[in-house]
Amino acid sequence: MSTITLSVQFSGGLETLFGNRTAHTVALPARVPVDAAHWAASPAQPGSEQAGTEAETKPVDMAYLLHHLRARALTARPELFLEHGTVRPGILVLLNDADWELEGEGAALLHDKDEVVFISTLHGG
Amino acid sequence: MPPKNCAICNSARAILKRPKTGQLICKDCFFYVFETEVHNTILEAELFKPGDRVAIGASGGKDSTVLAHVMKTLNDRYNYGLELFLLSIDEGITGYRDDSLETVKRNQEQYDMPLKILSYDELYGWTMDAIVAQIGKKNNCTFCGVFRRQALDRGAAILDVDHIVTGHNADDIAETVLMNIMRGDIARLGRCTSICTQGEDTIKRSKPFKYAYEKEIVMYAYFKKLDYFSTECIYSPDAYRGHARAFLKDLEAARPSAIIDIIHSGEAFEIKEVVKATQKLQQTCKRCGYMSSNELCKACTLLEGLERGMANAGVTDRARKRMDAEGPAPENLRTIPFFQQPNGLRRTEIAIAYTPSS
Ligand SMILES: [Zn+2]
Ligand SMILES: [Zn+2]
Repeated sequence: MSTITLSVQFSGGLETLFGNRTAHTVALPARVPVDAAHWAASPAQPGSEQAGTEAETKPVDMAYLLHHLRARALTARPELFLEHGTVRPGILVLLNDADWELEGEGAALLHDKDEVVFISTLHGG
Repeated sequence: MPPKNCAICNSARAILKRPKTGQLICKDCFFYVFETEVHNTILEAELFKPGDRVAIGASGGKDSTVLAHVMKTLNDRYNYGLELFLLSIDEGITGYRDDSLETVKRNQEQYDMPLKILSYDELYGWTMDAIVAQIGKKNNCTFCGVFRRQALDRGAAILDVDHIVTGHNADDIAETVLMNIMRGDIARLGRCTSICTQGEDTIKRSKPFKYAYEKEIVMYAYFKKLDYFSTECIYSPDAYRGHARAFLKDLEAARPSAIIDIIHSGEAFEIKEVVKATQKLQQTCKRCGYMSSNELCKACTLLEGLERGMANAGVTDRARKRMDAEGPAPENLRTIPFFQQPNGLRRTEIAIAYTPSS
């Protein structure tokens, strides 16, 4: 089972929701079930996720990363990170230094060594 | 998705979708259009003239950090001829302001601008930590807001500047428009969209980022690798503003132009003269010389309440009357140093006084 490794950064105050750490290294399975219901229950270690399932898979994308971060890295107040299945309005997301709005947001595909940055704009001017 | 090309230069990879226009642009074109729009805002509102001494109200947060960078860039690029200063207010909040002031000190070196830090402690004899220890977390924002406003003016007078620029951005202004509408505060609604405010005897204040989206300010700071501080004030949660902000962000997600549209709506309200006339005339505070709409300015009233252990006296009229009933302020009451109008303002006043009436 192949995995990809991403560098994920939180800033603008968002790091307070992630154990006060700005830089995280995240390993994800290269392919994940198409049906999000298959991820929801218990996010497994990369590699074990698909073991023994015949569920249809797709290349891993940003939507899966959000799910993974919420389940595995978030340490406080998930409602300040995600809302209606995507990041809360006011949080900027950059994928390899480009606004994720250009890359299809949740549908943007992830590759090994990609860099993802989350910045909250909601904290102190 | 395949990389898209910049809509402006048509060659570099687009990295940003502009919230105002939906345009996809590259990093260099983004810097250029962002800076140029601020420049145009400054020119259209005729904010400065050559030789002006301008203080940037610097908190160490994203908006004022980007403002300092852009003001320096534009002053150099277009020869505004401004003398720029950084002015920071130290409210005395341990673990919040002391950290953000470190950012401002680094900005001082990076941008080579003189920095003045004025603290609540030296001006009022009270830090916010001490105020909160006495009055609790309710109403402490009233104290902080009143004290900060006056401290900025006094800091500007010490620096002898003509003008204070602040980092208020389009999102902040749209949020304030919404709040003033929801509260029915028509007088403030009329004022809150103006780019520049100047009473007869107050220092000119303006907002060069009036039309700059918060998203672009944060992106600018990110791509320029600017160093800013982003921690929420530990005493503050202004719940009402927080809801207005969340509502505005939802609107922006549905339609990015919402922010500019709300500012335009605020500007389009015509405020009747009757409403304006009910605003009180300005005078000077008999105790500290600062401008005031009453005998005592708001800061002196709040300070007297703190000193006499009746902190609510500056917050509600009823508590104020109760304090007055206890007798006049004691002789040895701690007061704010007397306010000296800066030279520039005195000159203006004299000039106005000698204008022949036709
Ligand atoms: Zn370009
Ligand atoms: Zn006073």
